[in-house]
Amino acid sequence: MEKKEHIISILVHNKPDVLARIAGILGGKGYNIESLCVNATTQYEISKIVMTTLGSQETVTRIENQLQRLVDVITVDDLTNVESIHRELILVRLNLTADKKEQIKKAVDTNKWKVIVSADAYIILEITGDQSQIDFALAHLAPLGIADITRTGIIALNLEN
Amino acid sequence: MKLKGTQILFKALEEEKVDIIFGYPGGAVLDIYDQLYKSDMKHILVRHEQGAVHAADGYARATGKVGVCLVTSGPGATNTVTGIATANMDSIPLVVFTGQVPTGLIGNDAFQECDITGITRPCTKHNFLVRSIDDLAPTIKEAFNIARSGRPGPVLVDLPKNVMVAETEYNPANIKIRNYEVAYKPAPKKMANVFEMLNSAKRPLIMTGGGVILGKASALLTQLARKYQIPVTGTLMGLGSFPGTDPLWLGMLGMHGTYYANMAISHCDLLLAVGVRFDDRVTGTIETFAANAKIVHIDIDPSSINKNVVVDLPIIGDTKATLSDLIKFLAEHNYAQNPAQRQEWLGQIAEWKEKVPLTYCQNGKEIKPQNVIETLYKLTKGDAIITTEVGQNQMWTAQFFPFDHPNTFISSGGLGTMGFGLPAAIGVKCAFPDKQVVDIAGDGSIQMNIQELATAAQYKINVKIVLLNNGYLGMVRQWQELFYEKRYSHTDMTYAPDFVKLAEAYGVVGLRATKPEEVETVLRQGLSLDRPVLMDFRVSREECVYPMVHPGDSISNMSLGSREMIN
Repeated sequence: MEKKEHIISILVHNKPDVLARIAGILGGKGYNIESLCVNATTQYEISKIVMTTLGSQETVTRIENQLQRLVDVITVDDLTNVESIHRELILVRLNLTADKKEQIKKAVDTNKWKVIVSADAYIILEITGDQSQIDFALAHLAPLGIADITRTGIIALNLEN
Repeated sequence: MKLKGTQILFKALEEEKVDIIFGYPGGAVLDIYDQLYKSDMKHILVRHEQGAVHAADGYARATGKVGVCLVTSGPGATNTVTGIATANMDSIPLVVFTGQVPTGLIGNDAFQECDITGITRPCTKHNFLVRSIDDLAPTIKEAFNIARSGRPGPVLVDLPKNVMVAETEYNPANIKIRNYEVAYKPAPKKMANVFEMLNSAKRPLIMTGGGVILGKASALLTQLARKYQIPVTGTLMGLGSFPGTDPLWLGMLGMHGTYYANMAISHCDLLLAVGVRFDDRVTGTIETFAANAKIVHIDIDPSSINKNVVVDLPIIGDTKATLSDLIKFLAEHNYAQNPAQRQEWLGQIAEWKEKVPLTYCQNGKEIKPQNVIETLYKLTKGDAIITTEVGQNQMWTAQFFPFDHPNTFISSGGLGTMGFGLPAAIGVKCAFPDKQVVDIAGDGSIQMNIQELATAAQYKINVKIVLLNNGYLGMVRQWQELFYEKRYSHTDMTYAPDFVKLAEAYGVVGLRATKPEEVETVLRQGLSLDRPVLMDFRVSREECVYPMVHPGDSISNMSLGSREMIN
């Protein structure tokens, strides 16, 4: 069976241990969570979890069924098989060292990266995009010397209901 | 009306029509036990919290109702884990109340504190920590609803001490709980598919499982099989869901299944699997399991579908509703089996039954465990509720005691919990005081919860224990004999108490049989006494359970034991 990345969107009741339950189901059955995003929806009592996992279609169906058994899970959707848009966000701090300073400024201009903090010694960039855009940005950031970075998991939304 | 948490608990239990609690007090539940002291609720004081859960489990399996336990925090709570996992594997509805330290101390490593909701998350259907008095009544209502709905299971409710003494308004009519409804209705077009598949099948076979008993669908399954003359085999958990004395019954399938059940599975061309989950002990090698058959799988839990065995037609639905729809559809569309084909199939099965019946050899010198069970069946005429421990005792019971009714074979199937049988029998007997309730035990298993003899004696819960005492952990020894060149590593249990004296010390009647001719006398005496009785049968030490499918082998490939067994 061919393994590929699946983006699973889960609506859950916003309870203290709901994430532990979901992580427990996946961990207990030996599936890895590659990335994870969680937040309340417009209704505080309902949260949306978007996670990615690697597996064959068969495996992922099994995961969905297991998740569906949880009392706090409302719906489970595999967004991989429907039309959906995906975004990730990274925050990057680049130190403006004497030897890199000019190179960094040039790269920021060329790539139209968004600078959210600009100090004498460093800048912080915010970059959003789908996975390939983020990977592209990271490839170009690496030679500039990344001092620190935070990357969200993938969030995704299907185009139609 | 303002009530304290402890009062609300008992009011809520009344609302849920709970008539008995199995429990054990402790520091964190002192207030609850104080309220219990003032209430009419029946409470059975067990001698170990694991016993409380198994007793509630036995009660639930025999009645179909939710079993209830009450234990204290920390070790009281952790002692319930094996019992909860047992119920979870077999989808048994339980609500387990555990005490907890006051909310302000949670997370501080307080005395007798443990994160029991964390510990039991993977082995409960759901669990709750009640953090506020206002959540108490709705949580209890929700807990019972979750335990008994859909695919049933155990629910744990953790009750911090301070919450239970706080006060709030209690009005049961106003309690709103979240809608948790898993009522799957089978799709009508699937019935047409089954009809087509039955029409083109020459060798159909029904495989019945625990879901048929849990779904109260035994009568419908029996009706379906008898009407269209479809032979039936069952999993361990399915025993009793189809009459064990019916000619269409093939006995249990799988690792210790009958020769003819396993042959039928391997040769059938249509398998109607109802309320089963295709456990590895049932299927043997997946690749060869029902290799010649199209498989229809009816189950309430979508996660059971295509989990182990990939099936041709999955039907997600309640077993009762689905079988009812199916029977109706077949009748409306005038399904009729081809009599010649069906006769040929049943004839083939009859040949297998004759070739390798379930049997064992008697040598006149030793008591054969199978003979004890057969004699028990003869004396009770099958009118008994049987619990078992786990291992050889369990398999021999499954093979040699035909169960005609659902909810009369009470055994830990999925988890295989030694020590289950005695406390489970106590729970069953509490529900059915007028029924003969017998725990068929092994000498290893019985020692795992032997302390519950005190519970039986104290409350005059007159369970009977048929102890098949071979001085070994028999099933493990059997594997060592067959697969480890008889290296009996730590399975010899010859160093054991004198069970008759032990029983007497607890205030239970102890009887013993050492010769084959004593079996019936001892059983007659033990069954007739209006006391709890332990009957110690010193059985043939190295008897094996046959047939046996070797682990990882195809289920049509069975060891049949000594040659004399084959006609």
